Amino acid sequence: MDRTKENSSLKTVGIVKVVVLAAVFLIYMFPFYMLLLNAFKYKRDIIKMPLSWGGKNGFTLNNFAEAFQKMNFMTVFLNSVIITGVSCLLIILFSSMCAYIFVRKDWKINKFLFLLMLFSMVVPFQVVMIPLISIYGGTFGILNHRATLIFMHVGFSMSMSVFMFHGFIRGGVPIALEEAAGIDGAGPLRIFFQIVFPLLKPTIATLVILHALALWNDYLLPSLILTDKALYTIPIATKLFQGAYSNDMDLLMAALVMAIIPAIILYLALQKYIIAGVVAGAVK
Amino acid sequence: MNRIKNSITNNIGIFLVFAGPAVLAFLAVIIIPFIYGIYLTFTSWDGISRNKPFVGMANYVSVIKDGPFWSSLGLTVFYVIIAVLTVNAVAFALALLVSGKIKGSNFFRAGFFTPNLIGGIILGYIWQFIFKNILVSIGDTLNIAFLQKSWLSSSALAFAALIVVTIWQYSGYMMLIYIAGLTGVSEDVREAALIDGCTGSQVTRYIIIPLMRSSFTICIFLSITRCFMVYDLNLALTEGGPFGSTTMAAMYVYQKAFSSKQYGVGQTEAIILFLITAVIAVTQTMISKSKEVEA
Repeated sequence: MDRTKENSSLKTVGIVKVVVLAAVFLIYMFPFYMLLLNAFKYKRDIIKMPLSWGGKNGFTLNNFAEAFQKMNFMTVFLNSVIITGVSCLLIILFSSMCAYIFVRKDWKINKFLFLLMLFSMVVPFQVVMIPLISIYGGTFGILNHRATLIFMHVGFSMSMSVFMFHGFIRGGVPIALEEAAGIDGAGPLRIFFQIVFPLLKPTIATLVILHALALWNDYLLPSLILTDKALYTIPIATKLFQGAYSNDMDLLMAALVMAIIPAIILYLALQKYIIAGVVAGAVK
Repeated sequence: MNRIKNSITNNIGIFLVFAGPAVLAFLAVIIIPFIYGIYLTFTSWDGISRNKPFVGMANYVSVIKDGPFWSSLGLTVFYVIIAVLTVNAVAFALALLVSGKIKGSNFFRAGFFTPNLIGGIILGYIWQFIFKNILVSIGDTLNIAFLQKSWLSSSALAFAALIVVTIWQYSGYMMLIYIAGLTGVSEDVREAALIDGCTGSQVTRYIIIPLMRSSFTICIFLSITRCFMVYDLNLALTEGGPFGSTTMAAMYVYQKAFSSKQYGVGQTEAIILFLITAVIAVTQTMISKSKEVEA
């Protein structure tokens, strides 16, 4: 008797929870929905009746075609892909090698550098922003190169990546395997790439997800480094597009949809890994 | 003798190959600019000329006298307090709702996290459209007075708009951390409390929250440090307006350096902003760490 009562009250609680969640979910999705709703409308309809499904003048794909062209979407998309991709690759390679030697070699300089990296994690970008521009723009004059931005992305990502690899290697990579390989005559590089690196997969996946998200969306640093139109990334191009076409709501809607589509597609495909990676990155 | 020498060169070689690229990039991008940045606070530089005249403490004096800087800093502190409280309250509530045996719980989780995939600039423009067009249109249709005028045209409401978008942006991320914490609280402890006669809300208040202190420590630390440095969203949603009334500290520093060309003063203000953030974040972490309960 009591059991059934308890069960049914638990069920009601469950239903209430789902209803509340569904309502909150709709609120969270509302901006995306409104964006999508208006991206296919004519300009007049967006301004006069942004809430209606379809406008007086019907639907159009023209917004996308025009925004695609005016934003140079193919170029900026490729720039974003190159910068994010190459940076992630180098970050993983350099930070895993560095963390490995920090764990395995008990040298004073390693301990000192590791501490320095830990300390640097509290330094926000804004503190080094002005000196960075002064050094790389004023003294060296090497702004406006993808390579410069990639180098900086790598530098800014080192501390956190080395820290995470360091924890994983110390706790999860047995030294016995390496010693056996060493006795068989393998050099340190070969030991690292053939034995250690494949074992790092979980941390590699986490770091690639975290850095890819952060670098893909980064605006401030790229906007300071890349001022040449041919080098713009998606966030920079969106910012300038908004400035130039703030009266052309139709184009702006289409541009915003195009700017978020790559991330959304990847998310739909890799959702489970992305969520797991973000949690792993935050909790460590 | 030769052997020792050989092993030293060998070790230097290993260090350079393995740690060389990482250390070089790290030093060149963070440590050297950080130290050079401290030097810059004693110089005056216009961003173009080759020489940076040494001016002693002059920048610090002008920062003290720079009223707009302190008011933007005050506004930022206010924003951080409200944002941190609301983001974490919403995130924790969502985590409580989503965890447990709920149909479609993974679907909801994934949905709430979606805003984190998109950068602040693009989010800002999407919401600008919502505040300027959609909400006004809803206000007109339903005759709701406080929606009929765009929130972004009044300073108090533009500030509220920043808070709303910040909650929307970060709560899904913090929710994931709270969910991870909740799954760490064992089912046995919860059930024991329920059997002992606790109500559901008492279990949350006296059992779950104390056992989840470390999740709170992480989330509050992350939200403090992120909100203090808010820039992208500020730039895209309000551009500091109306009439500069929502200019947060990070944006103020940017303008000081890159628009007013007072790099020395800008750098000094950046360092002051950093010190304040660091002191607050470290104090908060120490206080809440000391209250953490071992399960």
